Amino acid sequence: MKRFNLQALANPQLLALAGVLLINWILFPNFFRISWQDGRLFGSIIDVLNRGAPVAILAVGMTMVIATKGVDLSVGAIMAVCGAVAATMVVAGYPTPVAVIAALGVGIACGLWNGFLVAVLDIQPIIATLVLMVAGRGIAQLITEGSIVTFNDPALIFIGTGSFLGFPMAAVIALVLMVLVTLLVRRTAIGLFVQAIGVNRAAASLAGIRSRMLLMLVYALSGLCAAIAGIVVAADIRGADANNSGLWLELDAILAVVIGGTSLLGGRFSIPLALVGAIIIQAMNTGILVSGFRPEFNLIVKAGMIILILLIQSPFATQLFVRRKLVVTREAGK
Amino acid sequence: MQDGPYVLEARGVIKIFGNHVALDSVDFGLKAGEVHALLGENGAGKSTLIKILTGVYQPDGGGVFVDGTAVSLDNPLHAQTHGIGTVYQEVNLLPNRSVAENLYLGHQPTRFGLVDRRKMESAAKVLLKRYGLNIDPGSELGTHSVAVQQIVAIARAVELSGKVLILDEPTASLDRNEVARLFEVIGDLKRSGLAIIFITHFLDQVFAISDRVTVLRNGRLVETRELNSVTRTDVVRLMLGKDIAFSGATDLEPDGPTTDVLLDFRGYGRSKSVQPFDLTIHKGEVIGIAGLLGSGRTEMARIMFGADPADQGSMSLSGKPTAVRSTSEAISHGFGFCPEDRKAEGILGDLSVRENIVIALQGKLGWFRALNRDEQLEIAGKFGEAMDIRAASLDMPVKLLSGGNQQKVILSRWLATDPSFLILDEPTRGIDVGAHAEIVRTINRLRDDGMAMVVISSELDEVVAYSSRIVVMRDREMVAELRGKNINPGIIVQAIANHPDEVQA
Amino acid sequence: MKRSLRPLAATTIIFIIAYALSVIQFPGMLSTRVLGNFLTDNAFLGIAAVGMTFVIISGGIDLSVGAVIGFTGVLIAVLITWLGVHPLLAFAIALGVAALFGASMGLAIHYLQVPSFIVTLAGMFLARGGASVITQDSVPINHEFYSFLTGLVIRLPGGGRLSFIGLLMIAVFLVGALLAHRTRFGSYVYALGGNATSASLMGVPVARTTVQIYVLSSVLAALAGIVFSLYTSAGYPLAAVGVELDAISAVVIGGTLLTGGYGFVLGTFVGVMLLGLVQTYIIFDGTLSSWWTKIVIGVLLFLFIALQRVIFVASAPREKPPEKA
Repeated sequence: MKRFNLQALANPQLLALAGVLLINWILFPNFFRISWQDGRLFGSIIDVLNRGAPVAILAVGMTMVIATKGVDLSVGAIMAVCGAVAATMVVAGYPTPVAVIAALGVGIACGLWNGFLVAVLDIQPIIATLVLMVAGRGIAQLITEGSIVTFNDPALIFIGTGSFLGFPMAAVIALVLMVLVTLLVRRTAIGLFVQAIGVNRAAASLAGIRSRMLLMLVYALSGLCAAIAGIVVAADIRGADANNSGLWLELDAILAVVIGGTSLLGGRFSIPLALVGAIIIQAMNTGILVSGFRPEFNLIVKAGMIILILLIQSPFATQLFVRRKLVVTREAGK
Repeated sequence: MQDGPYVLEARGVIKIFGNHVALDSVDFGLKAGEVHALLGENGAGKSTLIKILTGVYQPDGGGVFVDGTAVSLDNPLHAQTHGIGTVYQEVNLLPNRSVAENLYLGHQPTRFGLVDRRKMESAAKVLLKRYGLNIDPGSELGTHSVAVQQIVAIARAVELSGKVLILDEPTASLDRNEVARLFEVIGDLKRSGLAIIFITHFLDQVFAISDRVTVLRNGRLVETRELNSVTRTDVVRLMLGKDIAFSGATDLEPDGPTTDVLLDFRGYGRSKSVQPFDLTIHKGEVIGIAGLLGSGRTEMARIMFGADPADQGSMSLSGKPTAVRSTSEAISHGFGFCPEDRKAEGILGDLSVRENIVIALQGKLGWFRALNRDEQLEIAGKFGEAMDIRAASLDMPVKLLSGGNQQKVILSRWLATDPSFLILDEPTRGIDVGAHAEIVRTINRLRDDGMAMVVISSELDEVVAYSSRIVVMRDREMVAELRGKNINPGIIVQAIANHPDEVQA
Repeated sequence: MKRSLRPLAATTIIFIIAYALSVIQFPGMLSTRVLGNFLTDNAFLGIAAVGMTFVIISGGIDLSVGAVIGFTGVLIAVLITWLGVHPLLAFAIALGVAALFGASMGLAIHYLQVPSFIVTLAGMFLARGGASVITQDSVPINHEFYSFLTGLVIRLPGGGRLSFIGLLMIAVFLVGALLAHRTRFGSYVYALGGNATSASLMGVPVARTTVQIYVLSSVLAALAGIVFSLYTSAGYPLAAVGVELDAISAVVIGGTLLTGGYGFVLGTFVGVMLLGLVQTYIIFDGTLSSWWTKIVIGVLLFLFIALQRVIFVASAPREKPPEKA
């Protein structure tokens, strides 16, 4: 199996996570306390995993999209659509598995639509996915007929609020999804091909890689992840809220992927690190809440985080780094 | 032509990139009222020299002089204020704006702070008439042909600079009539006293309008000559550096091919790209393709590989009619292609050496028969060793390797697919001597193993050394297929330079 | 007809047909009252969309618009209601803050060489977060100057009213059109969207123009925020959420190419009016629900993206030969 060494733990994402958790712990000494109650775990850290799950699930698909040098702005709206589909179907009396499968199918269909615009019509991803971002919420409201469709189907509710071996179901779903998709892309050649397309589509095509099918697949996967996240969120609040479900979560998902070290310019990607990114975002969010700041303060912290990442990745920083290295080697040569 | 001092001059210009000397003490002088052709193959240093003369680069040694005075040009705009204007092959104008705005952008006449469009368009109309263009100045530039855009670009450059005009391959995408029209414009400008530098790959055009010619090779000045004192063959010889002393002629396949036919192209071509050609390739044969840049040699390779599918003619593979409509189809037939532009079309820069080597094989295997890491390492290691790839680790990004090692990586990529037919476009350009020798050795080895190959190269000695036959391209057309005895670089040079009676077919 | 005019022509024709059909169904929609309200109700969107037009023509995108509207509303409300500052001074402060905000986004986009999408996303978080940190509640504005401004109306025959903010929007569109089509700055904006490399070779001051574009967008968003506060007589940190999407939609439906280089400020006006028409129609109908607005906008957006794709690919001057230098 994979060699495990300490150096792998020293990557910036895990260090950042450790830093955020440390600050949380200083601000709120009970942060790491976990209790066992009614067959499940409770505590701030568990809460972080639970609440971070929807963004983590979105980040799985978003990572793949961004690795192809694309972006998917429509995932928040697709969440709303799929949550609405699942909720209205169980309310209409369909069995839970049918409702869930239908919702997943709708998510995949939305993803294929995006993929069609990007891969076949050659429309820029940011523009192509804007269409569903705008129309999606309208479609979701059309399905719910404008109201919040509440339900009390126990099986569906379990998806959002249940627990597995004491861990919140949403977090378990995110973890399982991450493992499955990571296995899918790493055990097949899909991951390699996605990176090749993201790095240099012309060269990839000359090396015989058919990029259209692959792009369709990647956007479909993103749609599927959005559907899962939509179902989880709906199940969590026991209702489908077409207006607010997944609102602005596409931006959080993009941020999680970027924090996870996948460049917006495509290429190398890491799904597990994107999940770490999602947890960092949620840990900061929770930290701000438990330390008594207003939740809105979180937006400013997020903005600061983007600015920080931009500065680190900017050509200036790279030049500074290279120049310093040159100076060091030159001096060493003296 | 006056014999006065130079309008624009480069004296002993040196330019170094990293440890590569792009220009080595080059002297170049441009007189008023002359058209001065600047020639050289890719990598000869033409574009570096032009970039120094227009202020894009600063020289590392030597200097640039305008009217005999040393100047330091900070950027193209600064060069413009010294009277030096440039028109690039890729028309650097704004296709989305009107013709008039393209002529005057940044200098539009204004009234009360607002652009006086009427005044601008009437001025443009007058200006364009001088260039023989009777078009609506308010029309969108992008709706006009490339030739018209080219003339608009010249008009802008002359209007804003007015002393020196540098034309960087202005004719590359023009047809015959458009070229003639452009030449009229250039002739008029020359008569009005402008100094013009003209860069092209088409010898006919050099001879049609130039007064003097300067040839660069490998970053050095070869010679500057009055054009009426040289022949076409002389010029090609200066460019390719082949002394037509006709020594060491090689016999190419004296008895003709004895192996089976692998590929047969009949009337194969693509409109606006390559004229239909006939070519038969046997197993164990290396077909060398010679021709200057822009002769259609790269286009021929791309058609064979399906990167730009053919739209006329037919091909057969081992006697069976086949079609190659896409690169993946070509690969499934056992083809491989090393493109000329390594960086843009060859390497996957951010990916590792290992991934770069296995990518084509993996593409052939499909999504689900994935090579695991150990298999990848084994394949990459095997070819890395066979090709002597110098990389600190097979997991390092390929973009950190030297050009020669990158080329070996791409060659390994195709060898890993166990191809029966390999197309190499300039496989030895811009790489170090060691890698060069390694690649030539590999070509010879593969030929002896029975692989069919097409190799495009400007290195004629090299082509002669490993080819079984040599195809010569000129003006997007296959003009000769050289075989038999006494093939040497001199004969190829003559075929390229269009002296049909001297070619022994 | 110039190909760049075709999407605009399509929008205008769609608007006229849609309006005619609406009037046939609901004759009440053909009145100065409805038309006047059209302008008043969409004033803030229209003003923000003018700035967005410049950004999109230059090849960028500005996601921070809605957040800047919200922030401005809160800032003004706090200055007037809590600190007793005169509204005019409060407006000046808000516009100044927005100009600085836009300038820093423009600087980041140019010098850090990152996509405008991600920089303005940070701007959006920052502005929305900043507004929420100041206050979480709606802050009412009760100032006689506000009553004065909202009282400024031109009465039209037929009971219609042209409000101050409606007229302001029209003025912004006219000035915007002049700026885009008749000044050097305007030609630089188109140049950047057409081909940034050519533009810089032709002497366009790329850095300065980029900064100016984002300053313009943020200042107009702040002006939209002022208008929104006049419209609602309050400042609320969550006001105008998602207005950037409406503005982008209006710009694209108005015939501006989302990839930059082509577009018309007055086209955006038609785009805004078309969005307003959809909303008004739904209100008149009474049985249709508001979510149809979003679906119709999405469909229009798709149609125009597809239309532009067809027009600009089909009428490309001619295929570039595969020759490479």
